[in-house]
Amino acid sequence: MTVKTMTVKEIAHKVLNNEELFLLDVRTEDAYQDWKIESEHFTYLNVPYFDLLDGVDEWIKQLPKDQPIAVVCAKGGSSQMVAEMLVEEGLTDVYSVEGGMKAWSEHLEPRKVSDLKDGGELYQFVRLGKGCLSYMVTSEGEAAIIDPVRMTGAYTDMAEKLGVTITNVFDTHLHADHISGGRTLAEETGAVYWLPPEDAGDVVFNYQPLRDADHVQIGHSNIDIHALYSPGHTIGSTSFVVDDTYLMTGDILFIDSIGRPDLAGKAEDWVGDLRETLYTRYKELSDELVVLPAHFMIMDELNEDGTATEKLGTLFSRNHGLNIADEGEFRRMVTENLPPQPNAYQQIRETNMGRISPDHEEQREMEIGPNRCAVR
Amino acid sequence: MDVKTDVTLDAKGTACPMPIVKTKKSMKGMESGQVLEVQATDKGSTADLQAWTKSAGHQYLGTIEEDGVLKHYVRKANDDETREKKHPDVVDNEELNAVRSNSESIIVDVREAAEYAFHHIPEAVSIPLGEIDDRGDELDQSKTVYVVCRTGSRSDLAAQKLAAKGFPAVYNVVPGMSAWNGETKSLNQ
Repeated sequence: MTVKTMTVKEIAHKVLNNEELFLLDVRTEDAYQDWKIESEHFTYLNVPYFDLLDGVDEWIKQLPKDQPIAVVCAKGGSSQMVAEMLVEEGLTDVYSVEGGMKAWSEHLEPRKVSDLKDGGELYQFVRLGKGCLSYMVTSEGEAAIIDPVRMTGAYTDMAEKLGVTITNVFDTHLHADHISGGRTLAEETGAVYWLPPEDAGDVVFNYQPLRDADHVQIGHSNIDIHALYSPGHTIGSTSFVVDDTYLMTGDILFIDSIGRPDLAGKAEDWVGDLRETLYTRYKELSDELVVLPAHFMIMDELNEDGTATEKLGTLFSRNHGLNIADEGEFRRMVTENLPPQPNAYQQIRETNMGRISPDHEEQREMEIGPNRCAVR
Repeated sequence: MDVKTDVTLDAKGTACPMPIVKTKKSMKGMESGQVLEVQATDKGSTADLQAWTKSAGHQYLGTIEEDGVLKHYVRKANDDETREKKHPDVVDNEELNAVRSNSESIIVDVREAAEYAFHHIPEAVSIPLGEIDDRGDELDQSKTVYVVCRTGSRSDLAAQKLAAKGFPAVYNVVPGMSAWNGETKSLNQ
């Protein structure tokens, strides 16, 4: 028997359009508690698939009759089985989420942030399942990609659609929560791969070092990317000012939270840098700059159009992490009671240094789970 | 590494939900207390099997990985844990911990070999309850024998058997490994 399926793209659109959906998550309780598809407008029920093997009778009365039900599991196998069982019991509006949470983790939603001068454009790629944000800046047939994730097809497809060539790829820092697509994308497109050298001490491949005050021009117009050394999340963390208007903060400053300094094991050493970056270096910048972070942690950080952007001046008044006057209190906040570290973050760092080369399936496994780069 | 089991299930190459569906089916045909080895290649099977055994009341023993194959060990739930214990000489876990490395002590772990393999007291020797009739004589009668299992029930039976064989000093350890806080060894360490 075949059951109807729902793609993660359709789910993403429901999330972004604030549509209602009943989500039956059939993974283990631990997996569900750790990480799920987030939306304020979804209704949830978690029953592990193995508790349904003897029949769904006990649970069926908890399911709505007048609303679509999406069944989701880790990879799409168990959800299909459970969806079939529900259809056999007479429910009709039932869907199995294709590819499950693995597909959800990999899905990217491109969103246009703005036009730039002389026909340039700026896109944000929202990875809803993992909270990663990456960017494409286009200008006169050229494109730069900032903090690409490992699903590089999303960027090359977009470049083809827009008729632009990817010429420069940047990582704001050595990522610990997800596998960077930077090196792969640069190899695929022949683009230059830029990395802050302070974060690249242990990498085993060639890269172009990106230093404070460097300018990289995209296309022939004046759209340039201006590097601003901003350590704290990592020692090399670098922000970019794009077209004098946008501030790409990497994992230093988010919309409703700030970066954590502990993922390379150096929280105590880097907390001072983090404070200096947030409270001094960023303070010297224009309040009018629009902040474009590399992550979001909760859905509330997204605007109505699904993008995550906010003026720097607004963040200085509203983001709690930028408003802790006492240095000792700040230090405690970013070094104590931190959220759990991301899944496999050590292996992810090693992969991003090129020191280990896990296969595709292993990379997917390593990235399972939520993003945890921030402290609130 | 071979861990002795009663039944082996090959679920290699199958994806979720099949490893658990097959495991559940195999367990149905087994007797209480028997141990199943589940061979799987699906990485998610470890967490799922742990959660399933907990929900179904079975006992998850452990997992080893060999050449990309996960071997999970699961013991089917049994209900003899509430059976009345008859062997008169009993010590608790603390008393055993105090004398466990004494040269006059012998600790016999009578759980299944797979249970022992993943979690046992360092000084303990493994003789599963089913083998105690044949192998009991391997033990030195001049020493004090402490018999341990998971909850004190199987060890009660084994202690009675050893006493009947003529062992003069045999103690049943209650409750046993289910509440053991002392040092342990595992093939995973």
